[in-house]
Amino acid sequence: MGILSDNEYKYLKNNLGRTPNELELNIISAEWSEHCSYKSSKKHIKLLPTQSKSLIVGPGYDAGVIDVGDGEVVTIHIESHNHPSAVEPYGGAATGVGGVLRDILSMGTRPIALYNALRFGNIDSKTKDGGKNLWLFKNVVRGIADYGNCMGVPTLGGEVEFDESFNEYCLVDVASIGFSKKDKIIGNTASKGDLIILAGNATGIDGIHGASFASKNLEEENRSAVQIPDPFLEKILMEATMEAVDRACIKSMKDLGGGGLSCCLSETADNLNKGMMIDLSMVPTNLSDITDIQIMISESQERMLYIIDPNMKEKFFEIFNKHEITFAIIGEVTDDGELCITKKNNILARMPAKLIAHAPLLERETYYPSYLKEIKKSFKSPAIIDDYENSIYQLLSDPSICSKKWVYQQFDHEVGVRTVTKPGESDSSVVKLNSEKYLTFSLDGNSKQCYLDPYNGTLGILAESLRNISCSGSKPLGVVDHLQFGNPENKEVFWTFVQSITAIRDFCNFMEIPVVGGKVSLYNETSNGSIKPSPVIGMLGIINSKTKMRGGKFGPDEFIFIIGTTKEDLGGSEYFEYCLNLTGGQVPIVDLDILKQTIEVIKSLVNQDGLINAIHDCSKGGLVISLLEMAIQSQIGFNISTTKIPNECSRLDYLLFSESHNRFLLTTKNPLKLASYLDNMAIPFANIGITQSTKECIIKANDKENIILDLVKVTEIYNNCLNELFKGKS
Amino acid sequence: MAKIGITVFPGSNCERDVYYVLKNLLNVDVEYIWYKSSVDNFDSIIIPGGFTYGDRLRAGAIAAHSEIMNKIVEKAEDNVPILGICNGFQILVESQLLPGALILNDSLEFICKWVNVTVANNRTPFTNLFDKENLLSIPIAHGEGKYVTEPNIMNEIKEDNQIVLQYNDDNPNGSLSRVAAICNKKGNVMGMMPHPERGSDPDLVPEGFDNRSILIFKSLINYLK
Repeated sequence: MGILSDNEYKYLKNNLGRTPNELELNIISAEWSEHCSYKSSKKHIKLLPTQSKSLIVGPGYDAGVIDVGDGEVVTIHIESHNHPSAVEPYGGAATGVGGVLRDILSMGTRPIALYNALRFGNIDSKTKDGGKNLWLFKNVVRGIADYGNCMGVPTLGGEVEFDESFNEYCLVDVASIGFSKKDKIIGNTASKGDLIILAGNATGIDGIHGASFASKNLEEENRSAVQIPDPFLEKILMEATMEAVDRACIKSMKDLGGGGLSCCLSETADNLNKGMMIDLSMVPTNLSDITDIQIMISESQERMLYIIDPNMKEKFFEIFNKHEITFAIIGEVTDDGELCITKKNNILARMPAKLIAHAPLLERETYYPSYLKEIKKSFKSPAIIDDYENSIYQLLSDPSICSKKWVYQQFDHEVGVRTVTKPGESDSSVVKLNSEKYLTFSLDGNSKQCYLDPYNGTLGILAESLRNISCSGSKPLGVVDHLQFGNPENKEVFWTFVQSITAIRDFCNFMEIPVVGGKVSLYNETSNGSIKPSPVIGMLGIINSKTKMRGGKFGPDEFIFIIGTTKEDLGGSEYFEYCLNLTGGQVPIVDLDILKQTIEVIKSLVNQDGLINAIHDCSKGGLVISLLEMAIQSQIGFNISTTKIPNECSRLDYLLFSESHNRFLLTTKNPLKLASYLDNMAIPFANIGITQSTKECIIKANDKENIILDLVKVTEIYNNCLNELFKGKS
Repeated sequence: MAKIGITVFPGSNCERDVYYVLKNLLNVDVEYIWYKSSVDNFDSIIIPGGFTYGDRLRAGAIAAHSEIMNKIVEKAEDNVPILGICNGFQILVESQLLPGALILNDSLEFICKWVNVTVANNRTPFTNLFDKENLLSIPIAHGEGKYVTEPNIMNEIKEDNQIVLQYNDDNPNGSLSRVAAICNKKGNVMGMMPHPERGSDPDLVPEGFDNRSILIFKSLINYLK
């Protein structure tokens, strides 16, 4: 369990003016855990830009709330469930989905979309731990699918990355978007005498010390700290809550997540600037001998806390009885700012909510990591290869690159009748709000590049997200970040954290995109060591017309253009890491000025009727893989010449597989018009070839070297890779 | 004007989607029916998809034993058109309004994708605007959608023209005789695994597919006129 440090204990004792009792210590330990308190990260998070005209509620609440006009709002949040998923992947991942949905619900909005970003160790059979990683992958996907599908919230996309630093561990990030009328948003107010109601699941002993479990390295498989999912209960809880919101019965609400009642009550009281008088004997439990401490720190799922005006009691009861949900009045709001836990008139704990909700912050030290020095010293450029075709086929079967159809086909991605682009179809997800308003969303990460250069790696993820949503012509509304690192007490790990957050600050300031929410997950370490730095970025955008949307699908006899310069920055690329098993080299660097300029050009191109047909950004695997992805989607071949590609590369393999930023592939039927338009824009571009009417993919390198790929084989490898891995392994 | 009711059980999750298509796209008089309320005033009833009671016991089994289903069985006897979609189909089978059973997909996994189906019977209240052998695109999303019956019952179903929709060559779940939808002998009760409400809004149709599944609702409206 979480034990306070000497300093924290002293701080607590001084503030209380007495020695805390055991229950109080347990409440404090849950709330002052890294997971709930952000005590290592808060000072740095505060540097992120959060200002925007359309941002109604920013970071610090259950979900960010953004005004999308016409009296409508969207909410967004991101969560992870890494430790639990590594121990019990099905339940861990499922309850992660449940948690993020309750966060969206807490703002009074109905969830309309789910996304996930998943990271696992290598799953190829050649890898030592492939079996366990495959088992984790399969069950995490099933856990997410079963929960989201049952809830009737579509899971619309995300990303999956495989890397050895996640061996026998995994990162399970889930994001959700909600939608509502502005005047239905929960105001989060309370007055003395308001009723505090706990509803949903009975409190049990699952997830005991979950927050503390997630606030240290994963050394033992602590199964009792993993929560048990019940999506059906969450579904009826959601419907009851939405009905109560609709009938204006709720003044404040919050979901119960990490830290259970301890965190939920103290944070709610602190946010409201109120106190609470709670009677633990009123809390519905599923065990007769559950202790007071267990009730206060249990992380049983599918529970919500509501604060209602006593006059609303009958209406609220009617709604929750209709939906057959267990609920109880567990206390009332007071004016004294104290969280007072009683049981049948005995005071068990009494502390100021402010004191509980604000752990003393820590000043963590940073130090330039020795691993980076070693990699830099020992890195040697790889020998020149001569079998490009083989490398391309290898990359197409790289689990980080290949089709994720096996994953998304298990997710109900149609429920809700808002899904405009289907998973795997376009760079970003497009969700219909109404016939004049569509949301776009992209969720991205790149642990391999962040390992080699956390600053530029993080900048690169943000750039990719922005490129992805720009392909559909949208205007960015905000960013959510999820920062996942190892043990913050390790100075070298903390250096990578600070680098990453600095990149987010710099990017968002420069691009004037607010950070609307986020989450930090530290102590992602196992006996194998720390994970690679793994920030995950979700970017939300908006477009007003579906007719302007373009995907990666091209037709025959179109002209292929590339925008942007290809550079020799292959550090962390899939080519180096997956094909050559090589860690090191320069990661791609984002030039923010060029990015901004390129994005403006892309947006204006997408908005010009009929000028471009298909569009796809260049990312994992490089431009050849990006072009092949378009060909697979279109089932049409191409013929390009590499000599025309704007580049600074000394070798053909670098040119083909570099993951340089700020690059897009476009196709057009009107090459002269497109060229003359781009000429005026002062960004590098070239017409590099044409799409075919046959299924041959031809890459002319120079007079000697022609790479010829058969689209049928390309498609088969790309589409079947994950199915092949699961064959005979149920 | 005829009034269509959409049942809402604990765990239903497609009722809002069906409502959207009927109300917003087709301007029909439509209402939700909470599972504890009366079905008396409706000219047709749609049981939408979802996970009623969390699929506990068996998909559709608990909802099938609710009081409202007894009333819906009576309605069915009175020739009222009843349409069950996805979990609604499972409920109709569990209520024995329709023969056979729906078991785990051959892949043993939940499958969500767009498929093409063929109209095998266009003489039902739900398919009267199609020609026989007409093709339509439609999304599926289910884990237990493989339609099975004993061979003698399948023969009866075929003789009585009860197969209404059939998956095209790519049978997604392993259903016998590629069954995507069947009706009762009288034709007024139909169950289908695919989701016509998800295929109706042209905005949401992927390239290479069509929104002709809206004709299932239009057929019903046409029949009720």
